Amino acid sequence: MIPVIVILLYLAVITLVGVVAFRRGKNNTEDFFLASRSVGEMVFFLSIFATNMTAFAILGSSGQAYRQGIGIYGLMASSSGLVIPLTIFLIGTRLWALGKRFGHQTQVAFFRDRWECDTIGTVIFVLSAVMLIPYMIISIMGGGTVLAHLSDSGGTNTPLIPYWLGCAVVAVVVTLGVFLGGMRGTVWVNILQTTLFLCFGAVAVLTISHALPGGFGEYVTRLAGDPKTSFLVTREKMPPQTFWSYTLIPLSSIMFPHMAIMCFSARKVTAFRRTVVLYPIAILLIWLPCVFLGVLGAATLGKVGDPDGILLLMLEKYAPVWLAGILGAGIISAVMGSDAHQVLALSTMFTKDIYQHYGGREKYGEKAAVYFARGFIIVVTVAAYVIALELKEKQGIFEIAVRYAFSGFAAMAPVMIAALFWKRSTKWGALAATVFTAACLLYFAVLQRTHRPGDVIWQIGQGTEAIKVLFLNPRGDVSFWNGFMTVVPMVFGSAFCMIAASLVTRPPSQASLDKYFPPRKQPSMPVPEPVHNA
Amino acid sequence: MMKPIKAILLTLLVLVVYVLHQDFWNWKKAEPLVFGFLPIGLAYHAAYSVLASITMAVLVKFAWPHHLENVKPEPGSSAGQEESDH
Repeated sequence: MIPVIVILLYLAVITLVGVVAFRRGKNNTEDFFLASRSVGEMVFFLSIFATNMTAFAILGSSGQAYRQGIGIYGLMASSSGLVIPLTIFLIGTRLWALGKRFGHQTQVAFFRDRWECDTIGTVIFVLSAVMLIPYMIISIMGGGTVLAHLSDSGGTNTPLIPYWLGCAVVAVVVTLGVFLGGMRGTVWVNILQTTLFLCFGAVAVLTISHALPGGFGEYVTRLAGDPKTSFLVTREKMPPQTFWSYTLIPLSSIMFPHMAIMCFSARKVTAFRRTVVLYPIAILLIWLPCVFLGVLGAATLGKVGDPDGILLLMLEKYAPVWLAGILGAGIISAVMGSDAHQVLALSTMFTKDIYQHYGGREKYGEKAAVYFARGFIIVVTVAAYVIALELKEKQGIFEIAVRYAFSGFAAMAPVMIAALFWKRSTKWGALAATVFTAACLLYFAVLQRTHRPGDVIWQIGQGTEAIKVLFLNPRGDVSFWNGFMTVVPMVFGSAFCMIAASLVTRPPSQASLDKYFPPRKQPSMPVPEPVHNA
Repeated sequence: MMKPIKAILLTLLVLVVYVLHQDFWNWKKAEPLVFGFLPIGLAYHAAYSVLASITMAVLVKFAWPHHLENVKPEPGSSAGQEESDH
């Protein structure tokens, strides 16, 4: 009961912040979607981090560590700690500057203007929305599951907050916050959320270490000494190809619409400085304790039914009830922080890239656009809630969709890099890369549905010499060339399409090139003194 | 505009840090346990996160895009209009 009260109090505070932000807001889209591009340095860091952290960072990471061991940290966290700040540094700062100069509020608006083409923007909009919606649905599902888990302290399977109610609570609180406060309300809430879940890991580790007799070292030594569990403290069962492939996944981050939109919201470009330096440390603070505790769970709790709940089970066993409530609020924060940005991003894209772009603003005015955005937020959240309830048993489908969405957004990174840094890139190159990405996603999803783990779809040669070009690995994921993940051919294939199609098609007009690549000013030549003849 | 030698050195730094992520020498080792409880493979990647942060600090110091600090809204753009409305 106590954890539920703590979480409900926390949700009430979040709703209140949305109401206050609503009172401070102005009735125009720039303010609603980007907080008038006024987000300061520290808030920007806390908010951009919350945008990227989902429940997976806490529950999924510990669950995966319980199954696969310590390698999960290197696989997913430390590579993100380098690649995400790098993309924010190189791409995010440039996006911010273009938004400031030309008023762009979404990536699509930039692509349309950069390549003088409506269609390319619409195609990228559709692909981005299709890849983002499952992510949003799974956030609501995650919220419902966590609330049900936390309110079922006795393990009776009759939680105080059942799944349907948990999903509804998360959906309503997120919708209220975004509906009322827009970007301003969302980033204010992120300050509280990020602080909470950054503290989560350290508090959880300290609490559990106090409760464990003999300390952590004894349990780790026990795991290492047992041949059945020794793989958990090494990476002996993790293929190096998979480990390297994962370093490409964080390229997706900057291509997520909600991340790009966050970049437009900064007040000054200097806000990015602190963010890129602190980002890897923030990842360390969250992921290291969660991965470590997940591995430790295998030693302390043995076999459990749902590995993704391992951290909650450990907290239940080793932490006082009130603390479990606060830590539960930290987990819910991670769910809602990213969900709010996803809802807002979808609303921003739909209002700006479709409604306004095709004449809505001229016809109905600026205020109507904000009402439209708010209406869209309600419609999309209700739809996501209904789907989350209807397809509860098919959560796996959404998990697969989200996994592929990461590869899909990563494969779109070459399009953004070309738009920003390669003058010769064309709309046809961008279109080719986008269609290639969409085709790959569709093809791999079909393969995953029609084949079983271990099936080989295409191989070169026979016997032990054979190279498995395309197959499903033992976990059921489509894999490439003896074990690389599909993100590898997708990123390189997309880059190839971008380059090849651009080179054989006509570049944008000189006016557009001058706009986005202004000629560098030459140092002024000394003007010769006029010669006066006496 | 950054000097070519500086650009090459910074690119090399990023590449070296990227390659250091693939610590094949720790692949099958659990020991030594750092601080008595962290398996070496996990401790290495925790330290790697700190290295990533230092790398970013170096990039901010030596490759910061100063030319973006003075960007102003273009007069004809929607950003320019918003600016003049306030």
